[in-house]
Amino acid sequence: MKKILFLFSFSLFTLLSYSQLPNINLKDVNGNTKNLSKFSNNGNPIIISFWATWCKPCKAELNTIAEQYDDWIDETGVKLIAISIDDARSSTRVEPYINAQGWEYMVLLDPNGDYKRAMNVNNVPHTFLVNGDGKIVWNHNNYSPGDEDELYEELIKISK
Amino acid sequence: MRLRYRTLIPLIIFFILKVNGQDSKSPGIISGNIQTIGQYYQEDTIINAALPEHLYGFNGFANINYQRGDFRAGIRYESYLNTLEGYPTSFSGTGIGYRYLSWNNDNVGVTIGNFYDQFGSGMIFRSYEERQLGIDNSLDGIRLTYKPINGVYLKGMVGKQRHVFMDGLVNGNGIIRAFDSELNFNELLDSANSWKFKATLGGSFVSKFNTDNNTSFFDLPKNVGASSIRLNLRYNKIRFSGEYVHKINDPYPDNQDNRFNYIYKNGEGVLLNLGYSTKGFAIDFSAKHMDNMLWRSTNINVGPTDLLIGYLPALTKQHTYNLAATLYPYATNFYGEIAYQLDVLYKIPKKSLLGGKYGTSVALNFATAYVPERNFIDDMETSRNSYSTSLFSRSDSILLQDFNVEIKRKINKKLKLSLNYFNFIFNDDAVKVANYYKMIYAQIAVLDLTYKINRHHSLRFETQAMWTNEDKGDWLFGQVEYTFSPHWYIAVLDQYNSGNEDLKKRVHYGLISAGYINGSHRFSFQYGKQRAGVFCVGGVCRAVPASNGLTFSFTSSF
Repeated sequence: MKKILFLFSFSLFTLLSYSQLPNINLKDVNGNTKNLSKFSNNGNPIIISFWATWCKPCKAELNTIAEQYDDWIDETGVKLIAISIDDARSSTRVEPYINAQGWEYMVLLDPNGDYKRAMNVNNVPHTFLVNGDGKIVWNHNNYSPGDEDELYEELIKISK
Repeated sequence: MRLRYRTLIPLIIFFILKVNGQDSKSPGIISGNIQTIGQYYQEDTIINAALPEHLYGFNGFANINYQRGDFRAGIRYESYLNTLEGYPTSFSGTGIGYRYLSWNNDNVGVTIGNFYDQFGSGMIFRSYEERQLGIDNSLDGIRLTYKPINGVYLKGMVGKQRHVFMDGLVNGNGIIRAFDSELNFNELLDSANSWKFKATLGGSFVSKFNTDNNTSFFDLPKNVGASSIRLNLRYNKIRFSGEYVHKINDPYPDNQDNRFNYIYKNGEGVLLNLGYSTKGFAIDFSAKHMDNMLWRSTNINVGPTDLLIGYLPALTKQHTYNLAATLYPYATNFYGEIAYQLDVLYKIPKKSLLGGKYGTSVALNFATAYVPERNFIDDMETSRNSYSTSLFSRSDSILLQDFNVEIKRKINKKLKLSLNYFNFIFNDDAVKVANYYKMIYAQIAVLDLTYKINRHHSLRFETQAMWTNEDKGDWLFGQVEYTFSPHWYIAVLDQYNSGNEDLKKRVHYGLISAGYINGSHRFSFQYGKQRAGVFCVGGVCRAVPASNGLTFSFTSSF
């Protein structure tokens, strides 16, 4: 048993330095299947933000970023992917909400939490910054006003 | 047996590493998360908070996932030492509650062990985890997915449902076999990919086998099937979705109402949604007919959320403001209901007369649910169908009406304002959430202000008031929250039952909470009184008892 535990922790140690997005299919609001493990933003960074229509801080975060999103794209080529964890009860509210707010993000649906589980998300909002090689370089589990500035700084750092 | 699980996963991981040792470019990824909540209870006779024998409650969950290319594996270790008050008491002890291995490439996928899945909107099949409510009906078995050609998706699975937790996973006795197919016409026809018209068609069949239904009075079916068909259409900015589900005779005991006790009537449901949305404006309408669609893998009496195979979504907005969310929340009526919902969202453009400098968002929501019209047919000695219904034919008996408006506006660079109004009609005689058993008419108003002091510091004020002549009468709520981005927050809140007829019950429920966040690590504590209420996620609710004490929680992921 001890040996196994040792091997296990050893393998943990050797594996931790790699990071990559899970190979799970998601659908966008049009019903098209997308797989983020095969998604490329031409070597530019990606922001993945888990949210829900019933989550106030999530919407505050994404609405705040929306005001600056065009500038972020110009400066860094970033693409924001907003993954809604709304289930069957509220997933029909996703498209009306994103259109009414005028978000220009790629929005994907995770109605049964498969992607959320694979990304080890405990609760929303949880935002990840992924570099051009598909590696998660920063993440944050919360939103309070001003957090978008920290995300922006991290984004600038990896875009140089 | 349990020891074997513990050794199995690391061994497999080691094996994979060994086999693929040469491929140093991608040895795979290990990731995981942890969530722990600890509570220390104090007795409080005024708010009815009992002191449990064990004084402390603790729930802990840790996931470890491994991924290498197309291969994934993972376990979840769970601890309920002792189970938090208000959580299902059928969760106890410590051990592994979930483990799986899976492999999938572009066309074929295999999962062994526990998995979650959902067909359509989940009415005939949804296995899911809602940890906050203590719901976990993951299937334990084997799942295969297959995509023979572009645009065609097939899924088949067989397994037992997770039921309770006693030092490890305990499955129910019933066996579930489920099959789903989906056809995406635009993916199927290459040329159709760019069409403005989009269509998806799906169909599923779910069957259960269970024998824990022996009664000396009735001959109950051991195999029961349910099927569904669904269609999604879209043209430009208009979209439609429809789903029809049907379940054959599946009698359950009902100790409350003899008219529903062991009836052999088929169940059926229809869910329709029609919406139009464009930049700055959206309108969305939903309608639901649901009758006798309680669908479990057992036919004996169990807890309300135990062993459910299907998920019946409630057609109401999930509210987040405390008084609106926890006093009179609505969950789908298992017997049946006819429900409608309308949403209108509009963003008044910026720099207009009404819109102000930054624009103003307005959201209207109206939801209503009725008891279906049932014609009782007095056949309880013969066919036991009990009654007949017809699609979307409702009675005059209202279950719920919920009208609410939200107006959000950014006043200037520093100040954001949100105003909300709610108007509820709540039939507690049928819904039985408030234990008042009569009609409740309530109105709620909310003012929510966020003031950004500077780049890192902000303050949030929230006041809520509820007016009602029924149940416990009027309530007031106030909260002040100070956040220091990106690491700290502290909040103080008070709820006051200002209108309770019993003067002794006009109690203040004060609570202080604070937290520290660093990346994916989040540590928080709260101290104070919590009112008994109903906690809901996704239209499924759990009653939470009053408590007084200290709560610590920690979440982290890596």
